[in-house]
Amino acid sequence: MSIDVDEVTKIAKLACLSVNEDDVQSYATNLSNILDLVAQMDEVDTSGVTPMSHPFDAVQRLREDVVTDFDRREDFQAIAPKTEDGLYLVPKVIE
Amino acid sequence: MNSNYHTKTVTELSAMLQAGEVSSVELTRYFLDRIKSSDDKLNSFITICEQQALAQAAESDEKLKAGNAPALTGVPIAHKDIFCTDGVKTSCASKMLDNFISPYDATVVKNMRAAGVVMLGKTNMDEFAMGSSNETSYYGAVKNPWNLAAVPGGSSGGSAAAVGARLAPAATGTDTGGSIRQPAAFCGITGLKPTYGRVSRFGMIAFASSLDQAGPMGQSASDCALLLNAMAGFDEKDSTSIEKAVPDYSADLNKPLHGLRIGLPKEYFNIKDGGMDAAVEAAINTALDQYKAMGAELIDIELPNSALSVPVYYVVAPAECSANLSRFDGVRYGYRCDNPKDLNDLYTRSRGEAFGMEVQRRIMVGTYALSSGYYDAYYLKAQKCRHLISDDFKKAFEKVDVIMAPTTPATAFNIGEKTDDPIAMYLSDIFTIAVNLAGIPAMSIPVGFAKSSTGETMPVGLQIMGNYFAEAKLLNVAHQYQQQTDWHKQMPEEFKA
Amino acid sequence: MSNLSVNTGSGSWEVVIGLEIHAQLATKSKIFSAASTAYGAEPNTQTSVVDIALPGVLPVLNKEAVHMAVKFGMAIGAEVADRSVFSRKNYFYPDLPKGYQISQFDLPIVGTGSIDIELENGEIKTIGVTRAHLEEDAGKSLHEDYAGMTGIDLNRAGTPLLEIVSEPDMRSAKEAVAYMKKIHTLVQYIGICDGNMQEGSFRCDANVSVRPKGQQEYGTRAELKNINSFRFVERAINIEVERQIDLIEDGGEVVQETRLYDSVKNETRSMRSKEEANDYRYFPDPDLLPVMITEQYRQQVKAELPELPEQKQQRYMDELGLSAYDAGVITASLPLADYFDVVSEKTADAKLSANWITGELSARLNREEVDIQHSPVNAEAFAQLLKCLKDNTISGKIAKDVLDAMWNGEGSADEIIESKGLKQITDTGAIEAFVDEVIANNASQFEELKGGKDKMMGFFVGQVMKMSKGKANPAQVNELIRSKMK
Repeated sequence: MSIDVDEVTKIAKLACLSVNEDDVQSYATNLSNILDLVAQMDEVDTSGVTPMSHPFDAVQRLREDVVTDFDRREDFQAIAPKTEDGLYLVPKVIE
Repeated sequence: MNSNYHTKTVTELSAMLQAGEVSSVELTRYFLDRIKSSDDKLNSFITICEQQALAQAAESDEKLKAGNAPALTGVPIAHKDIFCTDGVKTSCASKMLDNFISPYDATVVKNMRAAGVVMLGKTNMDEFAMGSSNETSYYGAVKNPWNLAAVPGGSSGGSAAAVGARLAPAATGTDTGGSIRQPAAFCGITGLKPTYGRVSRFGMIAFASSLDQAGPMGQSASDCALLLNAMAGFDEKDSTSIEKAVPDYSADLNKPLHGLRIGLPKEYFNIKDGGMDAAVEAAINTALDQYKAMGAELIDIELPNSALSVPVYYVVAPAECSANLSRFDGVRYGYRCDNPKDLNDLYTRSRGEAFGMEVQRRIMVGTYALSSGYYDAYYLKAQKCRHLISDDFKKAFEKVDVIMAPTTPATAFNIGEKTDDPIAMYLSDIFTIAVNLAGIPAMSIPVGFAKSSTGETMPVGLQIMGNYFAEAKLLNVAHQYQQQTDWHKQMPEEFKA
Repeated sequence: MSNLSVNTGSGSWEVVIGLEIHAQLATKSKIFSAASTAYGAEPNTQTSVVDIALPGVLPVLNKEAVHMAVKFGMAIGAEVADRSVFSRKNYFYPDLPKGYQISQFDLPIVGTGSIDIELENGEIKTIGVTRAHLEEDAGKSLHEDYAGMTGIDLNRAGTPLLEIVSEPDMRSAKEAVAYMKKIHTLVQYIGICDGNMQEGSFRCDANVSVRPKGQQEYGTRAELKNINSFRFVERAINIEVERQIDLIEDGGEVVQETRLYDSVKNETRSMRSKEEANDYRYFPDPDLLPVMITEQYRQQVKAELPELPEQKQQRYMDELGLSAYDAGVITASLPLADYFDVVSEKTADAKLSANWITGELSARLNREEVDIQHSPVNAEAFAQLLKCLKDNTISGKIAKDVLDAMWNGEGSADEIIESKGLKQITDTGAIEAFVDEVIANNASQFEELKGGKDKMMGFFVGQVMKMSKGKANPAQVNELIRSKMK
């Protein structure tokens, strides 16, 4: 499996990563190599095997519907890059 | 009065504190001084918490005086910088979180504090725990205390190096594909990755959520037992945490091993195409002989899908991390690029500038594996293969009590040796990854030394794997060995004094 | 502009509509955190470490959210899954703190079910519900200018949503509205959503396409996003249908895309920004485990379901003797039915209550575009008015005037009747005096009446009522005039 430069650019866009022009080729090579490694899976017959997303067949535990977390805006926004009037600010979002 | 506190295990220090032979403040100051004077050689700490540590130590001394204090009261340890610590910088060794002061404590940190532990500081690691050598840290590589030119392993390399050099009596680590066991092996210490779900993941910055598990890194199995007693437990804040009573992990340490059935997977011993170091294998075999002498039975077993571990891991872990790291967007905390011209620029530059290459590489692999048209071929296929790997262990544990194998195919490699070859780096975790995919517990203990490729004498780790929730059994098996041998007591020359 | 009457389905085009309704579940805390879901708090004051997606935090599922989803499933006779799974839907947006939304993808909690709607011609049509799944709401982007930037409020982030997805079974905007209203009523009946559309508790996306009549395959659809009123749903769909037909008739092609309805300009427009990277990369959320529902739980929830709209309508007809129409109108809204229950209990006269609620009260509510919860006259006050009517304290005509005064906040029925002296005159002597005077003033007309011109009766009653300023009891007036004729 080989990933070309265009594909790297596409993936980077999807992942919201700005990749330097200089690095694109090396990412393409590395990603291709990783996919070659991963391709070893193809040699195994997995028909009839159920996918495993967790080590256990455990069941989701449910939380009682109680409010126990209260306002900590001041703490949270003390570490925020940019806020005003209690809002997080980002460059203008155009709809 | 003997002040060589760094030569003492947590078990010993705990006894001394309880007996009033030393105060927590004295111990804490001792280790803080040791870190300050020696860590420039290792770079094992990102943050040293002098003020908080001394305050916590003073508090602990009060509790000790009052009596009935828990076993770890006043024992200073270090936390891997992946655990959120309230009011203390929590960087995950990334530029992304270089300015992040966590407003809350991870459950592990909270549990340890409740058990009386004092936090000396936060240890260096691979960025977002992605790496096997601690070279991907934004704060620079950590060095191996046994050979400063070698890597300490990763991702919990700072914790392993700090304990190896006795800058801290013990430390916490996390293990997603070997990140406790591999650095423990490289630095000659004892590390335990518990069963998935045994220790809460709440407040531990996620790399691959279905694989991540926190555990203790210490000088001995008995230290790890004490630490795990404090770390483990059900947490209602973690849906994947297991609602199961925590046994006293120290209780079974002294059980004799007579009749213990040890499985030796042929896939971990007969590596065809190089990689497996003969000197490492020799050290492992000597250890196995020791177990035999202690009454254990060695049984050949098969884990036929072992070869799939690395491929499966490099789909599952990147896929999960690609989503886990999406929250780092420069909006609510962490790094934000200068003068973003629009929203997309804010996202792509904040992330592009603050994530290191390895992190970006894994995000991209994961994004690709999950993207439309590839999901079935990669992610779903990997989840199926994961089932096969897990079933191998299930079958094996019908026949044996524990499985033993080398922790790593070779001793610590040199800094820079594998940085240009991600695949070679990934393959250094070949023996540790399957355990995470299955979710079973495993340890690494020091069992001797081997000459590295550059002629240095470096520690060798034996990996002991157990069935789900068999932590007490693993600790027992490791402790019995450590009662007969003193590999775990060896200290690197440079840090002996 | 197309001259085809698309609304009635005549002409050569057929309209195909499917709705995705988002109902905010009325839990106290969020779906995955213990922060409050209350509406209207100061920005970002109802966010926990989980809601702002700090590093290391984990979701834990709210029991009540699951309960509510199961309730909905049982209420529409849907399959409620034994096992359902949460997945991550990945996309970057500033009001989505984790960079993914926790939703359900291939294994939703509620599977196929159906809802019956009544068409304008009285016919019943069954609309298929494909699925309903649990997910978390996003925060809000405030586009007012903050130094040229957008402000993000995450109070809403993590509020539980039930997304109810219909089959593309609707063939007109009116049907879509009828379906949406039906769901709106139902979620309030079963107490899982407050239905407040102004606050965004209930909103929908509409998938709209057109195809030539008789064609089997569906046309390419456009998705109209986030419509939060019944009126806008109807308008948005109609305007979109017109746009699509015009486009096709002019030789163009409909593009599959997300469109936004602009209620001011009454047009839909493309949201290209959202189209760009539409690869959501769904995968099972490793932080959450499968949700398991047992048959026992399903049956328990079913047994606990409150009376549903159709059941209530039938009961009103059977037990209270209401007409099918009145019972239908009243039960179509739970708050209206609750209002009716109070009034009818206090007045002990269900029919009178129904007449006045569907008549005078509804007329005023509609005129002023107020919903029943915000009626200036509450159920207790309204019942008091009807009691005055019932015991002849006032006449029906006066009651309407009193209701107007109550509506304007002039006080209770009793107070208004008292202060304006509107109390009905039932004293025979007083009424007789009015009658005598009217007869004296209209002697020739009275002769006509006596001569058998019954129509004159109305004139005399009217005159007496006028003279009494409407306060005379009309029945007594009638009786007295008849006695004078003998």
